Amino acid sequence: MRRVVSDTLVIAERNLVRLPRAPELLLAFTVQPIMFVLLFRYVFGGAIKTPGFSYADFLIPGIIVQNIAFGGFVTALGLNEDLHKGLIDRFRSLPMARPAVLAGRTLADVVTNGLSAAILVITGLMIGFSFHTSVPEAIGGFVLLLLFGYAFSWVFAFLGMLVSTPEAANSVGFIAVFPLTFISSAFVPVHSMPAVLRAFAEVNPFTITVDAMRSLWLGAPAGNNVWGAVVWATAIILVFAPAAVARYRRAAGQ
Amino acid sequence: MPIDPEPSPMPAAGAPGGAFVDRSAEAAVSVRGLAKSYGSVRALVSIDLDVAPGTVLGLLGPNGAGKTTIIRILTTLLRADAGSARVAGLDVVRDAALLRERIGLAGQYAAVDENLTGLENLTMVGRLYGQPRAAAKRRGRELLERFDLLEAADRPTKTYSGGMRRRLDLAAALVAEPPVLFLDEPTSGLDPRSRLQLWETIERLVADGTTVLLTTQYLDEADRLAGEIAVIDHGRVIAGGSPDELKDRVGGERLEIHLDEAARAELAVEALASMSDGSPTVEGDRVTVGVQLRGGAIVEAVRRLDRAGVGVQDIALRRPTLDDVFMALTGHAAAPTEDDQEQAA
Repeated sequence: MRRVVSDTLVIAERNLVRLPRAPELLLAFTVQPIMFVLLFRYVFGGAIKTPGFSYADFLIPGIIVQNIAFGGFVTALGLNEDLHKGLIDRFRSLPMARPAVLAGRTLADVVTNGLSAAILVITGLMIGFSFHTSVPEAIGGFVLLLLFGYAFSWVFAFLGMLVSTPEAANSVGFIAVFPLTFISSAFVPVHSMPAVLRAFAEVNPFTITVDAMRSLWLGAPAGNNVWGAVVWATAIILVFAPAAVARYRRAAGQ
Repeated sequence: MPIDPEPSPMPAAGAPGGAFVDRSAEAAVSVRGLAKSYGSVRALVSIDLDVAPGTVLGLLGPNGAGKTTIIRILTTLLRADAGSARVAGLDVVRDAALLRERIGLAGQYAAVDENLTGLENLTMVGRLYGQPRAAAKRRGRELLERFDLLEAADRPTKTYSGGMRRRLDLAAALVAEPPVLFLDEPTSGLDPRSRLQLWETIERLVADGTTVLLTTQYLDEADRLAGEIAVIDHGRVIAGGSPDELKDRVGGERLEIHLDEAARAELAVEALASMSDGSPTVEGDRVTVGVQLRGGAIVEAVRRLDRAGVGVQDIALRRPTLDDVFMALTGHAAAPTEDDQEQAA
């Protein structure tokens, strides 16, 4: 167990050290989310009615959840690249803990996700977003956010070990996750959607998590959303982490 | 597998004196009846191999022959369908975790993180072998110095040349001073100078007692490095022995002649037949003649062809290649096969 922790930290360090040296990735963490916030706030914002909230307040928790779910993309791309460049073979031939390569990756994502969430919140504060709750609740929101991001990192870790090329990881991940994030309460109130979509949106973990964020940051009625979001994130980790590690063990680089 | 009544508790690798005892008992690598299929493709049919401690065994064969599959099984990356394999005294399946501490692997693709510096790469590998950070760093510097990479220690490896990357990859395989080293086509894609450097490095390692199992597509590489060669084709060992034994089976050098007109090939064969130790072969406008003696072969051939009135475009002496080995052993060329992808990554 001690080896799992220390090997995981070695791999996490590796992924963080290399980050500033891959500027295109850094761009994805910083500039891209800011661009989306500005586009939504100023292009769509005027046309979307969000009773009870200003659009800036409504938007920030939504877009931040969407952004953090995609944070794990780096994991899918990075793992797939490692697979192709023979690094996974090297790791698997070393006497290191088996889950460490994936656990280190996903752990590094938590740091980059935190960075990108902070950038989004600061951007939000500049365009009119504000916290309406106590400090512990706001911090609780951040923790939930990172947990949700961590869960999706494992989804992407599984995807990265599954598909044959980084390009495939990119398109499969995008096609699978993008609609999930949009058919939710992230950008518009779900009652504005057609019945079928609304039914889906209401059980969508994105909706539950976004609503939980709105209650933790804006004081919206919480219902069971916070617990619901924690359960979803935990369930996703429990399913995808073992699945991803199993793929890693068998990864034969075919 | 031959019975070893009292398996020694310590790995035999690196132990001196292995040459005069039963090799299968003391071998650093011992493989019996190894088989592996990918779906319906039989990558390995049945492989037996022994490598004595402190020696080099070269696995020679074309792409898709099964060389990489053997390496992957012996380095615990892949599980065989049948057969057994012991490396450094340990079973590759039962003792996999322990075995990983005693082997080093350098692959076809230089497996280093290109966004990390040379030193960071080696330090990372050292720490994953369980070394403390400071010790891993010290060992990393030591290896960089030995591999002539110290100047580039703090540069991301994406700025390295192909040869530098291969050397770093090999250095990474040596971090834990493994008694048994696996090298999968260590020099493919390298320029001649880098190749020579890498060969010299491997030779030094062997001189220090490391056992090496390497795969290659190049006869000259196997010739230079390996004390023993196993020729692999379609998942079988089709020939084995020292490089000299193997070359005797292949024959001497070949004279390759491109004619002005393919139509004159018959005349050329007639003129050259008595020079050859076999019968000349014709492929379009190309005539190939096996010759025993290098000296004067070209001049003699040109003279004969001139006398016969056959025009020559080009004429050259060629050393036996892998293709010639395969021609001699199997009657078919060492052409890449469809299961090339088995070699990928």
